[in-house]
Amino acid sequence: MLRRSEILETIKMIDEQHLDIRTITMGISLLDCVDRDVDAFCDRVYEKITRLAGNLVQTGDEIARTYGIPIINKRVSVTPIALVTPGYSVEDMVKVAKTLEKAAIACGINFIGGYSALVHKAATPSDINLIQSLPVALKETSRVCSSINVATTKAGINLDAIDLMGKIIRECAEATAEEDSIGCAKLVVFANVPEDNPFMAGAFHGVGEGDCVINVGVSGPGVVSSAIRKHPDANITEVADIVKKTAFKITRMGQMVANEACKRLNVPFGIVDLSLAPTPAVGDSVAHILEEMGLERCGTHGTTACLALLNDAVNKGGTMASSHVGGLSGAFIPVSEDAGMIEAAQLGTLTLDKLEAMTAVCSVGLDMIAIPGDTPASTISAIIADEISIGVINNKTTAVRVIPAIGKDVGDSVAFGGLLGEAPIMPIHRESSEKFISRGGRIPAPIHSLRN
Amino acid sequence: MKAVISVIGKDKVGIIARISKICAENNVNINDITQKVLHDTFTMIMWVEMEASEKDFTTIAKELEAAGEEMGLIIHVMHEDVFDSMHRI
Repeated sequence: MLRRSEILETIKMIDEQHLDIRTITMGISLLDCVDRDVDAFCDRVYEKITRLAGNLVQTGDEIARTYGIPIINKRVSVTPIALVTPGYSVEDMVKVAKTLEKAAIACGINFIGGYSALVHKAATPSDINLIQSLPVALKETSRVCSSINVATTKAGINLDAIDLMGKIIRECAEATAEEDSIGCAKLVVFANVPEDNPFMAGAFHGVGEGDCVINVGVSGPGVVSSAIRKHPDANITEVADIVKKTAFKITRMGQMVANEACKRLNVPFGIVDLSLAPTPAVGDSVAHILEEMGLERCGTHGTTACLALLNDAVNKGGTMASSHVGGLSGAFIPVSEDAGMIEAAQLGTLTLDKLEAMTAVCSVGLDMIAIPGDTPASTISAIIADEISIGVINNKTTAVRVIPAIGKDVGDSVAFGGLLGEAPIMPIHRESSEKFISRGGRIPAPIHSLRN
Repeated sequence: MKAVISVIGKDKVGIIARISKICAENNVNINDITQKVLHDTFTMIMWVEMEASEKDFTTIAKELEAAGEEMGLIIHVMHEDVFDSMHRI
């Protein structure tokens, strides 16, 4: 029999500490939709997505109602589009993006991921056309998310692709300048991208996946920080244990919701993503967990150590609670989506350089960071190259989602609203990286990629 | 289906009567109750079986929550599995 204290603990987590299931994401393969003719392809894509995901939102809402746990997002990810669009022109690619948008609207979902290309070694003509289409595609759609994988530990780093992405990110920012360059918030550049990530904007359905799958992303930074708050005198070993136990509980809830969603939708279970995903809401911040551990402000000395402990303890506790763990699985540090990060960035305690160091020990990377609108493309490319190197050398996923806020500079901020939040423009180094980026070519895979 | 009804709020006369009445009217059987008043705050947890009810879970949950709002109480109705999955291996 359950104890009364256990029941009240769960209710408190949901009511006061923002515990929720962040996303149920249905991965859908588009490999069987391939056609030389773009219109025929689009028809099949629309039919397949609306057929499989038509009930996703309703089912998610029913589960939330029955179990009393909020399920914030119901989303769809698809096969990287550049893999299923043979010989398509840039205009054809935009047509595909608009079809994805139409399917997302029909299903009632707020984001659809997979307008993506995998170019870690080199790019095909389809990859290039998809990338070239991004400024128009992301301007003319609001729900389509894109990710471009430019490096893996096995393949090395495609510097040509990084060079191109710096320019494309600038073009996306300019194309959506009137909306605070929101196009860039829907575009992520990855190293070692996972094929089963349920979180946007980086979600896509990998080619090693089945026809259709359910992946679930849990959350709960508020639960972790309030658990630590209850033990102000605990030593750091005890703190790690508290985080582990809390992550276990959160993840068990995620696994249960995943099982239930799979049963009701008759779709196989993929993975639970153990990420601590913040929202701009007060009390739902990863930065505040680090501050709860004993830092005056996120970004100060000690931040990387606290984040390393947090990330590792969440993974240890969560792994035990789920049958399959995958996706990004780690603490997210998106600046604009985290009240504590926003505050620390505004005060200047949290800098781009510190964030880069932090990404060496947690998941994702430089996420939702606004930079001055006049940042040169080559500097954006160099920011990407630095971040991607951390992923490649450390055999982990890293990513960059930066927003050059056109017409704005340090001291200003951008506001996207909702879960995307708002971000102060962060200062960058003004010295040029142009020569390095323009060299092009591929940085060879590191020696430890040779493990056979 | 087994559910847990939790009631939290300022103590007053008739809380259990009102909740139990709604359960009885809907053919929801009460398996167990634990209740406490601490510093004027009323907390009750009720384990119920909803299998025999003609109404669906959402309808009953909404009725209970509406009664809670009227009485100035926070009432949650949740599937028991939520708590089991979180607190039992």
